[in-house]
Amino acid sequence: MAKTLYDKLWDSHVVRENDDGTSLLYIDRQLIHEVTSPQAFEGLRLAERQPWKLSANLATPDHNVPTANREQGIIDPVSKLQVDTLDENCDLFGITEFKMGDIRQGIVHVISPEQGATLPAMTLVCGDSHTSTHGAFGALAFGIGTSEVEHVLATQCLIQKKSKNMRVDVNGKLNDGVTAKDIILAIIGKIGTAGGTGYAIEFAGDAIRSLSMEGRMTLSNMAIEAGARAGMIAVDQTTIDFVKGRPYAPTEAQWPSAVDYWRDFKSDDGAYFDKIITLDASDIQPQVTWGTSPEMTISIDALIPDPEQENDVVKKEGMQAALDYMGLKAGQAINEIPVDVVFIGSCTNSRIEDIRAAAHIAKGKQVAKNIKQALVVPGSGLIKAQAEKEGLDKILLAAGFQWREPGCSMCLAMNADRLEPQERCASTSNRNFEGRQGQGGRTHLVSPAMATAAAIAGHFTRIDAR
Amino acid sequence: MEKFTEITAIAVPLDRVNVDTDAIIPKQFLKSIQRSGFGPNLFDEWRYLDHGEPGMDNSTRQINPDFVLNQARYANAKILLARDNFGCGSSREHAPWALEDFGIRVIIAPSFADIFYNNCFKNGLLPIVLPEAQVNDLFDFIEANEGGQLTVDLQEQKIHYNKTSELSFELDQFRRHCLLEGLDEIGLTLEHSDDIKAYEEKQKAITPWLF
Repeated sequence: MAKTLYDKLWDSHVVRENDDGTSLLYIDRQLIHEVTSPQAFEGLRLAERQPWKLSANLATPDHNVPTANREQGIIDPVSKLQVDTLDENCDLFGITEFKMGDIRQGIVHVISPEQGATLPAMTLVCGDSHTSTHGAFGALAFGIGTSEVEHVLATQCLIQKKSKNMRVDVNGKLNDGVTAKDIILAIIGKIGTAGGTGYAIEFAGDAIRSLSMEGRMTLSNMAIEAGARAGMIAVDQTTIDFVKGRPYAPTEAQWPSAVDYWRDFKSDDGAYFDKIITLDASDIQPQVTWGTSPEMTISIDALIPDPEQENDVVKKEGMQAALDYMGLKAGQAINEIPVDVVFIGSCTNSRIEDIRAAAHIAKGKQVAKNIKQALVVPGSGLIKAQAEKEGLDKILLAAGFQWREPGCSMCLAMNADRLEPQERCASTSNRNFEGRQGQGGRTHLVSPAMATAAAIAGHFTRIDAR
Repeated sequence: MEKFTEITAIAVPLDRVNVDTDAIIPKQFLKSIQRSGFGPNLFDEWRYLDHGEPGMDNSTRQINPDFVLNQARYANAKILLARDNFGCGSSREHAPWALEDFGIRVIIAPSFADIFYNNCFKNGLLPIVLPEAQVNDLFDFIEANEGGQLTVDLQEQKIHYNKTSELSFELDQFRRHCLLEGLDEIGLTLEHSDDIKAYEEKQKAITPWLF
């Protein structure tokens, strides 16, 4: 029978099927960070259990780490305790961890692909919803809670019920200035933040195929913002070329058989999908979110929608509440809205391609006077080093951006990088929820190119990428 | 984990769609390395008028009188009535920990985000999905009947309210069993250790680079 990519990933990881329709699913890789792991390690200790397979785990601190003045250590004692606890737990149990001083440290979802620890055809989990990122490699990757982190540590398995299959096709050629970020925002705008709930999404179509691995990761990263725990892209030559030669990738001797095995991880012709959504690439324009949910997104040339035009009462109230929180009015042109802060970073957009895009637009220009702060936070120490080798840091610094150390930073403001109340931010992150970037802060989700253009212009603007 | 059989309590209505886990428990409280103590900061940004940080004495903070959880008629609520896509966003299990620590044992909504839904069961919380029309009926009942209680019977998979009204709900039988018995899932999985080892042996031949 013809199978989807998800069917193949699922079937190849079932340890046993239970009578009630759940399965015990084997997990090849677990990524660990400081926020969702302390209680899991504590649980192991209390039950006197040991990790099932140490080498399956890879840890790094990312949410709480400072992105400036690292030589002073972590000043916030509560953040420091959490990072210290991760270090202690990893040392105690013998789990590989890239600690704060290690050049390989960074955001979990950036470092794992960078190291080749994320591989095609594997199952990968992490106590973080943006684990969907790794689906870009034709892997089954999804976020879990802390109890499940402990479950995977202790058993290398999870009890799971299979999701339904959804395919999102984006066909045709992308318009100039449209990036993977704009594609995923357009998809979420179309299907809504609960549109993928209960589904595993496969992204397909020639517009997706044409994306680099960095772009694909951006796309899969935000599958969770459409409600889908997993967002996958079939394995192709782009995937294989990216993985080759990375530290945790198969050895040269194993490589040919690994590639052979991986090439099958695509949906068969005629495989059944419970739902298929189709977008025409030429319809997608650069996106800016206007509200407090990622589905509240519009094209750069559009006007902020009017709640009065919405028939659903609960939705109408939600739109009005979002406008009130964001300090915006229906009918305003999004490209006239001034910005206070610019944040380029996060597991969505902090890879080398993102920083190149920012530097390309910022080159020879200056951050506008009304911008209080423009941050560039690379996703890992290695990306930072690569960008510096290419001279991108100098271009960005000369334009008035700050160049920081790797971490989650202002995406969720668990470290010192945060918005003040009512500050408006052009952010390359993934969530525009109330208070996400700091209490009262107003987040507009955009691509790195749009964020940079907004920094230069002082407001959202159509990108001139020439 | 505490066993769940039946509960009779007041329900508090939270009339908003897409309530995300950042709202349920804001990020500054995720820095704790404990599992308990999150209750006072449940819905922190909606519940208080001032900005909350870990370690603050919450009893001295400025309460937001307009927020439903602060209204006297809903004191001691153990059931949360919610709208579509409850628990979306971050995978933080601190969200169910905060709800549980506050005293909530049941959440009723037309739909839940997957990860949050899953996390509830690991913490003795029962998330119930009901058709929107039935959820609307419950909102109406609560609104109209101060002090009116709901009885949630997990054994029978029923909700009783308003003396004679009764609703049935669906639930995965494994999850129901674990909740009723207060079972530790890790212990259950480890009973299948031989199956896991056999799977690993088989995979070593197919994907040796993962071992």
